[in-house]
Amino acid sequence: MRQHLRRETLVNAGLAVLLLAAPAIAAMAGEPFYVTLATRMAILALAAVGLNFVLGLGGLVSFGHAAFFGIGGYAAGILATHAFNQEPFPFGLSGTNQMLVIWLAALIASGIVALLIGLVSLRTSGVYFIMITLAFAQMIYYFAISWPAYGGEDGLSIYVRNAFPGVNTLDPLSFFLICYVLLMIVLAFFATLRNSRFGAALQAARQNPVRLASVGVEPFRIRLVAFVISGMITGLAGALFADLNRFVSPSMLSWHMSGELIVLIILGGTGRLFGPVAGAILYILFEYFLGGITERWQLFLGLILLAVVLFARGGLIGLLAGKVRHD
Amino acid sequence: MTEPLLDIRNLCKNFGALKATDNVSLDLRPGEIHALIGPNGAGKTTLIHQIAGTLQPSSGTIRFLGRDIGGMSMPGRTRLGLGRTFQISSLTLEFSALRNVMLALQARQGSSFRFFRPVMRDRSLTDPAYETLERVGLHERAMVAAGELSHGERRQLEIAIALALGSKAFLLDEPMAGMDSEGSQALTRFLDGLRREAPILLVEHDMDAVFALADRISVLVYGRVIATGTVEEIRRDPEVRHAYLGEDD
Amino acid sequence: MSTALIIEQTLNGLQFGVMLFLMAAGLTLIFGVMGLINLAHGSLYMVGAFACAVAAAATGSFWIGLAASLAAAAAAGALIEVTVIRKLYERDHLDQVLATFALILVFSEGTRWIFGSFPLYLNIPQLLGGVVTLPGGLPYPAYRLAIILVGLAVAVGLYLLISKTRLGMRIRAGESDREMIGALGVDIRTLYTVVFALGAALAGLAGALVGPLQSVQVGMGEPVLILAFVVIVIGGIGSIKGAFIGAILVGVIDTLGRFLLPLALGVFLDPSQAAGVGAALASMLIYVFMALVLAFRPTGLFAAGD
Repeated sequence: MRQHLRRETLVNAGLAVLLLAAPAIAAMAGEPFYVTLATRMAILALAAVGLNFVLGLGGLVSFGHAAFFGIGGYAAGILATHAFNQEPFPFGLSGTNQMLVIWLAALIASGIVALLIGLVSLRTSGVYFIMITLAFAQMIYYFAISWPAYGGEDGLSIYVRNAFPGVNTLDPLSFFLICYVLLMIVLAFFATLRNSRFGAALQAARQNPVRLASVGVEPFRIRLVAFVISGMITGLAGALFADLNRFVSPSMLSWHMSGELIVLIILGGTGRLFGPVAGAILYILFEYFLGGITERWQLFLGLILLAVVLFARGGLIGLLAGKVRHD
Repeated sequence: MTEPLLDIRNLCKNFGALKATDNVSLDLRPGEIHALIGPNGAGKTTLIHQIAGTLQPSSGTIRFLGRDIGGMSMPGRTRLGLGRTFQISSLTLEFSALRNVMLALQARQGSSFRFFRPVMRDRSLTDPAYETLERVGLHERAMVAAGELSHGERRQLEIAIALALGSKAFLLDEPMAGMDSEGSQALTRFLDGLRREAPILLVEHDMDAVFALADRISVLVYGRVIATGTVEEIRRDPEVRHAYLGEDD
Repeated sequence: MSTALIIEQTLNGLQFGVMLFLMAAGLTLIFGVMGLINLAHGSLYMVGAFACAVAAAATGSFWIGLAASLAAAAAAGALIEVTVIRKLYERDHLDQVLATFALILVFSEGTRWIFGSFPLYLNIPQLLGGVVTLPGGLPYPAYRLAIILVGLAVAVGLYLLISKTRLGMRIRAGESDREMIGALGVDIRTLYTVVFALGAALAGLAGALVGPLQSVQVGMGEPVLILAFVVIVIGGIGSIKGAFIGAILVGVIDTLGRFLLPLALGVFLDPSQAAGVGAALASMLIYVFMALVLAFRPTGLFAAGD
């Protein structure tokens, strides 16, 4: 057991170093494109870590996390647009180009939506839960498409990347580091929460909700809190993604995005701390290399995914570090 | 006569035309083991489900510690002190035995919304959990995943969880099922001592255990209680002998 | 606003509803019998539409296209059942979601590879090209009316199939008890392939029928798939009756909402604003309806085994 734990820790450390070193070297070599690629990895990993709170710990297959990703993105886009055009918001608020404020807004907005979606969808379980989360995300997607105020189907551009105190966010490596540090903080939070009382209750709710209820803890409340935390983190990643692309569009809200986030977790290894990180690295590399060879790279991605599901269920980390162990 | 802790009056449960529980009244008094016996399909587990709160009765009242708990959820009843074990063992199988008990302790402390402190370094959970496992004789298996425990060990763990919850009364649904004779003898001795702490409503097929332990026995047949009494009274009751023990003499 | 317009929109809603039913019936059947959530059901809808468009273009006959759509979708369904889906029955929902998501990628990119990104077009068959005058003098496109009738006929047919035939008996037995059906001496693997192909054929039929009303293109199945999920969540997973009622409710509510909400908002907003806001709110209507149903009945209106 010790050995497995140590091996997984080693793999995790290796991934963390790899994700940091590669863009640093690329920046020194004057290849900003690869820095951007690594930034995409870090942001998608962050979004998937958010999903992993409910999917990995709680066993809840949310097929609607694009909703939170997109809401975080739109929070960034809308605030930045208002700041740029100097249009005030209702209630005397104004737009901003400060990332810290934008992140807060993204966390709050996605948290509120997660609470509302969770209140309805967590009353159900299994397939119902999958379909309902998917449906609610789709509702927000259609709303974004047909609501004309913020670009509708065409999306919303952020003309200048938002600012962070003391950091030149226009420098690709600096922006990467912001994303990387956030990812590491959230991973640390994930690891802490997993070992905490709340984490114990959440994992118990996955393994045996009846048992959890019979010792006197309502699974619903535990799951709801986890769902809100999960949505908030994915929302934060959405705000970063908007800043990376300087563009927000309804495609961030599409069900394809929700599917991708699940794919990242499975590719990396379900129930693993660094599963989403490994998954995001793999996914972006697939996209980059396969996409370089053929326009139809998604066809091959589909075949690879099928092979992973049918034959290699532990994902990359399962391959490298063996089975999941609990204490 | 002392006030009963658990008092069930005129409980009925219908599944369509089937009367699974038919006007059942029984109670559980301090310090006693009250055994509930009956042939398969008599509705014992249905009755336990209603007491524990996983099934809603069609009519009738259930009072526990003087309160009507009929409308209370299962977690609410547990928090009030009604400890229950499952007929089909129900544990968090990936967690170790120790963590299964710790989960019960954290629930009892009412503190599942703590996000930072690692549970395995929390002495207010680990120490009492280990002591509880010691009481049921499972401490040597504390770090083994519940899913890897033997059938009998899982039963012991179930009881450890109920103990850790500080229950004021126990509903034990066939705790001896699947145990070898040595295991069930050990469990019988343990339950014998447990009744001083909290009374037990015991559903059990093992008649040796029932006759050794029970202060009172109720016999359930087709959802009805056909007799309640001491071991001797039940042994002598002609209706019981006819309906249940299958003796016509 | 005239009553005629409302009747016309209601009929459009019905037509949309029966089309959703064709999708939802297959999904709910597959879930009810095999316990599988199939995201790739929308791809089978797309396969049906493409097969119809290609066969109709080659032969000049929509009817041959329709037959081709049934055959192609059923064959594609049977093929993925045997190669992939079969391995997923004993897996958890997460694996099912992921594998069928992967199948969508394969189907979509594969279709794009063969047919390119440009949409294909299908013409309404000449026989049904005209307009029918409904009682009350209301003109209505014959083709849409025909879709409604086909949908109703399929609903009746499914009802008879499941309640009256040997195959239906086996399906019902499979729903309640996999072991028992094995004991009955039914080859359960073949039964599952047949059920899956049947569901696929219904999806293909829906795709072919809708082809002449929209363009036939990659990705056309996914919005319909998600609406079909809403339908079976409302109706109760595993229930054909629930799928039918849910589909009609969703079809009518969605269509009437898109028609009436902008009009209603026009009372106190200026017209262009009312159109935008109304469209945005209308697009959310069925999801709100779904949430309401779930608030009162968490397992849908006609949950199987209720």
